[in-house]
This record gives sequence, C-alpha cells and structure tokens, in this order.
Amino acid sequence: MNPSPESKPAAPADSQPEFIRLNQVTKRWPNGSVVLNGLDLSVERGEFISLIGPSGCGKSTLLRLLSGLSPLTSGSIRLDGMTPDNAREIMSFIFQDATLLPWRTVQGNVELGLELEGRLTRDQRRERATKLIELVGLSAVAGHYPRQLSGGMRMRVSIARALAIRPRILLMDEPFGALDEMTRDFLNEEVLRLRDNDQFTTFFVTHSVAEAVFLSTRILVLRANPGEIAREIPVSFSIPRTPALRSAPEFLSKVGEVSAALRAVKTAV
Amino acid sequence: MKRAILNLRWPLAVFVVVILAWHGACIAFKIPAYILPPPSAVAAAVAERHQNLIHAFQITAVEAAGGFLLSILGGISIALLFAQSPIIRRSLYPYTLVLQTVPIVAIAPLILMWFGSGVRSVMGVAFIICLFPIIANTTQGLVSVPRNLMDLFRMSNASRAQTLMRLQLPHAVPALFVGLRISSGISVIGAITGELFASSNAVGQGGLGYSIVYANSQLQTDYLFALVLTASVLGFMFFFLVVGLEWWFLHHWHESAMKADAE
Repeated sequence: MNPSPESKPAAPADSQPEFIRLNQVTKRWPNGSVVLNGLDLSVERGEFISLIGPSGCGKSTLLRLLSGLSPLTSGSIRLDGMTPDNAREIMSFIFQDATLLPWRTVQGNVELGLELEGRLTRDQRRERATKLIELVGLSAVAGHYPRQLSGGMRMRVSIARALAIRPRILLMDEPFGALDEMTRDFLNEEVLRLRDNDQFTTFFVTHSVAEAVFLSTRILVLRANPGEIAREIPVSFSIPRTPALRSAPEFLSKVGEVSAALRAVKTAV
Repeated sequence: MKRAILNLRWPLAVFVVVILAWHGACIAFKIPAYILPPPSAVAAAVAERHQNLIHAFQITAVEAAGGFLLSILGGISIALLFAQSPIIRRSLYPYTLVLQTVPIVAIAPLILMWFGSGVRSVMGVAFIICLFPIIANTTQGLVSVPRNLMDLFRMSNASRAQTLMRLQLPHAVPALFVGLRISSGISVIGAITGELFASSNAVGQGGLGYSIVYANSQLQTDYLFALVLTASVLGFMFFFLVVGLEWWFLHHWHESAMKADAE
C-alpha cells in the first residue's frame, strides 16, 4: 500500500470525515524490525482511547507517529483532516516524566506552550495559565520551581501546560507510571474532571488495566512482534465517572476482561 | 554566618600549622632568606611595599578581567555556533582543542610580537587560555538537552531561535558556569604569563608578572613571595566572584546551587 500524498485533504465525498483516521499505519525501524504493522483505526471526537499491551507492542511509538515526532514508514494518519505535522496546533503531548523547565516557575511552565504559540498577549497568557493552575489545584505553589514540588504535583503542572493551549487531541504516554497508587488514582479522577470541562480526544498509553478501564471509552489491546491491534474493548460506563466506580462489580468484571485479553496477547508471543 | 565561620575552622588551622612549620624550618635549617624567606619577612615585604603590590595587582586585574570577559563573549558565541549543527561541531572542534593543548608560554611571545607588548596583548594571552573551557562546557550544555524537552518544543512548533533562547541556552547555564569557574582562575595565569614576556620591552613598572621577573632577578625573594601571594588573592577573587554569580543565577532551580544552599 502506498502512502497517500501528505497534503491531500482527507474524506472522500460520500462519507462523513472521521475525526481521526489511521490507514494501514506501519512503522519499521531502520534495522528492518516491524514495530507497527498495518494499523487501521478510526476515532470519533471526544473518545478516550487507552493503548495497552506488552512492551515492544509499539504503543508509545504510535503516540509518536500521531504527534509527528516520528515519521511513518507507510500508511497515513489524518487528524481532523490534517497530517500529524500540521495538526500540532491542536495537539498536546504529555510525556512519561513531567518534562518541566527547571528554571521556570509553575506559572512559567504552564505559560510555555502559549508563549511559543505567540498568539496571546502576556496578560492573556497569565490569565489562562492562572486559571489552569487553579483547575489542577496548584494555586498555592504557582510561584514555586519544579524542584520544590512532589512527583504528583509536577505531573499536574505538566497536564496544566498541555491543556493551556486548549488542545483538541491529547496524547499521554504513560504519564502516571512513576507515581504511587494513591496519587495515580487521584490524578485519574482529575483527568476525567478536566475532560468534562474541556472536551478533548485522548490517546493514553498505560500499563495499568484498572487505570485504562477507569478512564477510557475504548481500550485497544496491542500485541508485539509485529505490533498490531489484538482486541478492541469498548468501555461504556456512564460519564461522569466517580471513584465509587472502582469498586462496582461491572468495573471489576471489565478489568477482568481486559486482563484476560492482555494475558492472551502475552502468552501468544 | 556562624556556619560559614565554623567551616573556616579547619582551613585556618592548616594555615597556622603551615606558617609555623615554615618559620620553624627557616630557623632550624638556617635557610638563607634569598632562598626561602621566613613568613615574617614576607609579611614585612607586604607591609613595606603594599603600594607597589596594589599597583601591580590593579594592572594584572584589568588584564585578566579583560581577557576573561572577552573569552566569555567569544566562548559563548563560538558555542552557539557549534550548537547549530553536528557538522560544524565536528569540523571545528579539533581546532579549539589546539587552544587547550598548545602551551601558552609558546604562544605568548608570538602574540606579543604581533600585537605589541601592551595591555591589549596581555589580555589576548588571558583570552586564549580562558577560551577553551568556556567553549567546551557551554557547547556540551547546549547540545545535551534531554530529548523529551526537545520534543516538547517540537510539539509546540517552536522556531529554532525559540528553542535556542528558551531551552538550550538556559539549560546550558550550569555548564557555562563550570567553564567560568575554571577560566576565572586561569585568566590570572594567562595575564601573568603574558606579562612575563611583555616585561622585557615594557617601560616602567608593570603588573604582577613583570614584578615577579624583576624581584627574581634582584633576588628579592621576600617580595617575590608577596607578589605570588597577591596573584593568588587575585585568582581567588575572580573565582569567588564567579561562584557568587553562579549562586545568583542558579540557586532557584539548579541542583549544584541547591546543595551549597543546604550546607
């Protein structure tokens, strides 16, 4: 399959254009090993997609392809009709570590994206950053430097920074992997709350089944060698979700279902 | 403040022991004063000739500071150029190594021959000797930005200039200060080395290097000691000035300054 020309607008005339469309997405390393093999996927506005799978299944690579940080080997990706490179303005990436600038305060870090965009005045930037810092509960430490914050607080700064540009697509690469369970649960709830506020479409890489079930509208279980979608599991719990959901029987059975799918993928290798 | 004084206890004790041993040795072994003057003679020389010392100190301080400041400007500019592409870096870096490996005493006479034996040339010698540590450390800082941070800027469609000014340059400041610390001390060495060669043509009394040559030729060993002492005071002053600036720039956020903070 040939990659379609980069600049061609998506959507044939006969169908409603999908918000995000992956067509035969393939990624090969220079040494020839296949990381992702012919991935097809369409995603609607507002979905929360979790990617879960054994290491080497290409879930982080998929995020890098979506963000345009890494080029496709073949196939195509359309994000609201744009190529990944052109869609950066509507995308934010939240990395595994908080990736804050240590020489900037919380306020300065949250303003960074807006500053680089250069579309808002200084006052507007300050105002929007202040609101977001309030939203993630860090107003008291807005003037602090990253080294003065805990891991969970740093992550919240990272989230606030990502949301400051009002992205329509949010890519999160195992953002809570390094945090303790309580902080992680708390941040999960926060992510859902922020999502109610500001509808963005999310791709979320994680190793935690419970986290994936709690957050997602759809879970993609990937297998490795070569990376492919092994199963798609819709998660149809009502939104907004509350912490109480974690102990509900249907939640636990969904966790069981995803865990089983994950085990099947792992043993198959 | 109290802690600062407590920290000085041990270095002070060492100082006292060394001075006493020195004094004892001079008496016990009957060492002639022109070979090793006792500490009291050095102290007397300092007291007696303090005006000469201050004069020489001022001249050398200006030369060293001039060379040091020029090397900061030059070093940062060259590092910024090097950070632009690996090809530039790879093709030019070996030549900057020459600055480090060629002995300064070999280049100093050339510089003085080309640019005359004035303050400018002495500054030039200090400049050359200071340049390499600043280039090497700053370049390292500019190109060692973590990949995630670079990706973050790419995701924001940051321009090259934005990435340089808001990411690479601030990230390089701690490394720059490592270079500055090294160069602050050797700038004095550079200035004195320059003066050693300048002195032969210079008219009147020059800086510390000139005076050292003079004191040596006159076998005024006590004065020579006083001059060496003055030179190290100058080096210390530069070094602590840099350390102070480093603290001022970095104490908010950087680990190295943080530790000094906690002590």
